[in-house]
Amino acid sequence: MANVITDETIEYVGILAKLELSGEEKEAAKKDMGNMLNYIDMLNELDTDGVQPMSNVFPVKNVFREDVVTNGDDSENMLANAPEEKDGFYVVPKTVE
Amino acid sequence: MDIAKMTATELGRKIKAKEISVREAVEAVFDRIKSVEGEYNCYVTLCEEQALKKAEEVQKKIDDGTLTGPLAGVPVAIKDNMCTKGVLTTCSSKILGNFKPTFSSEAVLNLEKAGAIIIGKTNMDEFAMGSTTETSFFGPTKNPRNPEYVPGGSSGGSAAAVAADECYYALGSDTGGSIRQPSSYCGVVGMKPTYGTVSRYGLIAYGSSLDQIGPITKDVTDCATVLEAIASYDAKDSTSVKREPEDYKFTKALVEDVKGLKIGIPRTYFGEGIDEEVKEKVLAAAKVLESRGAIVEEFDLGLVDYAIPAYYIIASAEASSNLARFDGVKYGYRTEDYDGLHNMYKKSRSEGFGAEVKRRIMLGSFVLSSGYYDAYYIKALKTKALIKKEFDKAFEKYDIILGPAAPTTAPKLGESLSDPIKMYLGDIYTISVNLAGLPGICVPCGNDKNGLPIGVQLIGDCFSEKTLIRAAYTYEQSR
Amino acid sequence: MKEYETVIGLEVHVELATKTKIFCGCSTAFGGAPNTHVCPVCSGMPGSLPVLNKQVVEYAMAVGLATNCEINRKNIFDRKNYFYPDNPQNYQISQLYHPICHDGGIEIETADGGKKTVRIHEIHMEEDAGKLVHDDWEDCSLVDFNRSGVPLIEIVSEPDMRSADEVIAYLDKLRLIIQYLGASDCKLQEGSMRADVNLSVREVGASEFGTRTETKNLNSFKAIARAIEAEKKRQIEIIEDGGKVVQETRRWDDNKEYSYAMRSKEDAQDYRYFPEPDLVPVVIDDEWLNAVKARQPEFRDEKRARYKAEFDIPEYDADIITNSKKMADIFEATTAICNKPKKVSNWLMVETMRLLKDNSMEPEDISFSPENLAKLIELVEAGSINSSVAKEVFEKIFKEDIDPEKYVEEKGLKIVNDDGALKSTIEEIIAANPQSVADYHSGKEKALGFLVGQTMKAMKGKANPASINKILKELL
Repeated sequence: MANVITDETIEYVGILAKLELSGEEKEAAKKDMGNMLNYIDMLNELDTDGVQPMSNVFPVKNVFREDVVTNGDDSENMLANAPEEKDGFYVVPKTVE
Repeated sequence: MDIAKMTATELGRKIKAKEISVREAVEAVFDRIKSVEGEYNCYVTLCEEQALKKAEEVQKKIDDGTLTGPLAGVPVAIKDNMCTKGVLTTCSSKILGNFKPTFSSEAVLNLEKAGAIIIGKTNMDEFAMGSTTETSFFGPTKNPRNPEYVPGGSSGGSAAAVAADECYYALGSDTGGSIRQPSSYCGVVGMKPTYGTVSRYGLIAYGSSLDQIGPITKDVTDCATVLEAIASYDAKDSTSVKREPEDYKFTKALVEDVKGLKIGIPRTYFGEGIDEEVKEKVLAAAKVLESRGAIVEEFDLGLVDYAIPAYYIIASAEASSNLARFDGVKYGYRTEDYDGLHNMYKKSRSEGFGAEVKRRIMLGSFVLSSGYYDAYYIKALKTKALIKKEFDKAFEKYDIILGPAAPTTAPKLGESLSDPIKMYLGDIYTISVNLAGLPGICVPCGNDKNGLPIGVQLIGDCFSEKTLIRAAYTYEQSR
Repeated sequence: MKEYETVIGLEVHVELATKTKIFCGCSTAFGGAPNTHVCPVCSGMPGSLPVLNKQVVEYAMAVGLATNCEINRKNIFDRKNYFYPDNPQNYQISQLYHPICHDGGIEIETADGGKKTVRIHEIHMEEDAGKLVHDDWEDCSLVDFNRSGVPLIEIVSEPDMRSADEVIAYLDKLRLIIQYLGASDCKLQEGSMRADVNLSVREVGASEFGTRTETKNLNSFKAIARAIEAEKKRQIEIIEDGGKVVQETRRWDDNKEYSYAMRSKEDAQDYRYFPEPDLVPVVIDDEWLNAVKARQPEFRDEKRARYKAEFDIPEYDADIITNSKKMADIFEATTAICNKPKKVSNWLMVETMRLLKDNSMEPEDISFSPENLAKLIELVEAGSINSSVAKEVFEKIFKEDIDPEKYVEEKGLKIVNDDGALKSTIEEIIAANPQSVADYHSGKEKALGFLVGQTMKAMKGKANPASINKILKELL
């Protein structure tokens, strides 16, 4: 069964992923994603009823930190990477009207 | 005496014996870099000044006896997705083109403790997404065995630098074969340890549940030595596995002994799609081990074909989330002109990421989106469980699974990116190892008629790196 | 107009009182210069990894047990993916598929004095976001990650409430439980307790729920009550006009007493949850659960009953005192020192409550020590100071937690027990007020009161009224 990716889907996924594709890129993305999904559909051949989805490969559990302050202030170095900084804040376009 | 051609442990011994100074070791490798880097493009960033400065410090510590390990004073190259404090760490992406981490990754810190000297950051496929190192924002790396060919990827810069003697050893990372496949293409030794063996703290994540750091070296001895230096339990990485102290002494496995070792060769690995020459050389390697006393058998490993689709769902989904943080707010690239917050996000990310990264982020966002999660993501996690079970079954019978690392030798530059699925299929022998969290090592086993290297891959059960090292060492010594 | 019923469920976020953040060793201290309580983990630096703070799990379990929830034995964290500048990784680590607590409930009192259970659907653990400050001068917003990664629990109720009163009763009950556990200070104003209101209306008698909206940004009980009334009215008007309520998130503006939809084309509300691969499962065995159970404190109802039985204080007093964990703690600690529960209760019920009100403070803001209140009570009991001086001293204790013994000493407020000095003062007063003396002798009892007052004035309040009376009568 062929997967057809519509313009709406590409537009929607673009909103989720915060990617803005050019017209050409959109066409390529439609084709690539359709092909990839057709390929991935191969998994439907597998009977996975009753199989537990495996997230962690090893049965590692209960890894904790104690509630003790260990970090100092490294704001200067961290903010040095910011595209725009002001008075110790990161600056972003206004988020409210 | 050509210092740059030495293996890491060889050089380490000579430094310890005061036959070579640390400074000489650094200078030798930079001389070599200066003569060939223009052609191969193995590095994104070189740190000659810092390295020379560090050489003085390390030399002092060697002289006063504080540093005694086998890697003390030996220069190393680090894949550019591992954070290095104050040194550019770009993931070969425009979006991190100016990023200087405030901390170093745990693996790098472990190497520094062992007296390593960082000479630079190696080129890679952007965010480790790719199999050729052609998706790098900083241009492709060429295969030093033949510069018309790709070095493989995504740790192509690291593998090529080792092959070209532009470093004595390097660190790579492996999410779906990114250490083993370029090692195979470049004719060097590369190992992906069991998931959780080397801390991921400071490794810029691609697929968190699959990523693992490992050594890329000139021989198996170096591989074991470097692994011993970088492997550690790390409380900062919740997925780090605490192993028995003895279990971290990988160099103890550098012995020639495969008597009675049971090696299984999956028939499915040698079916459709494999290059005849690759098949021949890999099977010949099995023969060598058999001649040294190993028991070699063919068997059927199930579900081989399903690993790739499962992998691309899981890795892309995790990547779509892991790479969300690159948004032009805290670090990295922000677009020049924008109209409001969301436009800033979209333009920064669209301009900052390359085509392959965008492709995987789109796919990953889609498979996790409302209505598709069960059909794709959960299905992939169930497939992963089944694949793991297939390996568990195999390891009840065999100590090692032997196969190729890639179905062909290195492709020519520019031939791969146009057909993504074909490129993904090239990962068929490496990907399932990541899904199951297993260790795998790739060792050179010959060349094809064009002189391009071929590697044999040995896969072990979880935590059986020593068995792999023993077999790889025995093979290497017997060639 | 038809009759409508309001159906309300709450999503309550509570900041836990841990010293450090949920996934890193940064301090959770409130305030601090921007981005000074941050590290690579809570500011979303590439390569950083989260490690879970054990205390968060213990607090979440304790709240779940206290609200009669089932505790989920295998916990998994999930990533909630959405882009916003206060969210440094652009995903929030939360729990969707396996929340730590589920299927609980608490009993509240309704307006008519009856009782009602509000069911709790689930409680899950998650991380808080940073804070956005809006620059009024330039067209930009500023991001501070100090709060990013502070641990939260989100308590999700079933749609069991029908009025603002019930909502407030529920919130108050939750607040008390959590404060008694010490799991949070639950201050709405400071945002350590935040409630989002899910509200729908339906005709009385209807069996189906109407379409609900979610209202956010409610910073006080008053704002919650106002927002509920406004949203109820808004929805009824839509329905009466033949329209349809749209399922959406709305933001309340308490100054304008108005809410507006937070809709945006860029806001798909498709969070793409998946298991957080950087964390491992939290498995709670019987031993751990029982240990947390064993540490559960005495809650309000038990405490109230015990106060009446053990200390013989009136029901009303016990009610007020136990309405705040802080107040109850001070009551018990002070009583333990001075062993005068009724006196302690009086100081808390009258003067403390008055001063809290005058300073518009909450009981949780009380900062004086039980030792100093106990000392003050001892001073009064010993007759060392009189009651008006005591009130004055208490104000000092309340505000600055001064040591009353030292203070009384330094300021010379102690009652003078030197009869000689008192006697000579009284003699002077008698000599200076012949008319009053004459009045007293002619049987006017009031005159005695005047003379006592004059003496007290001359003694600057440091005399015992009984002693003045006695000596006056002798001299007259």
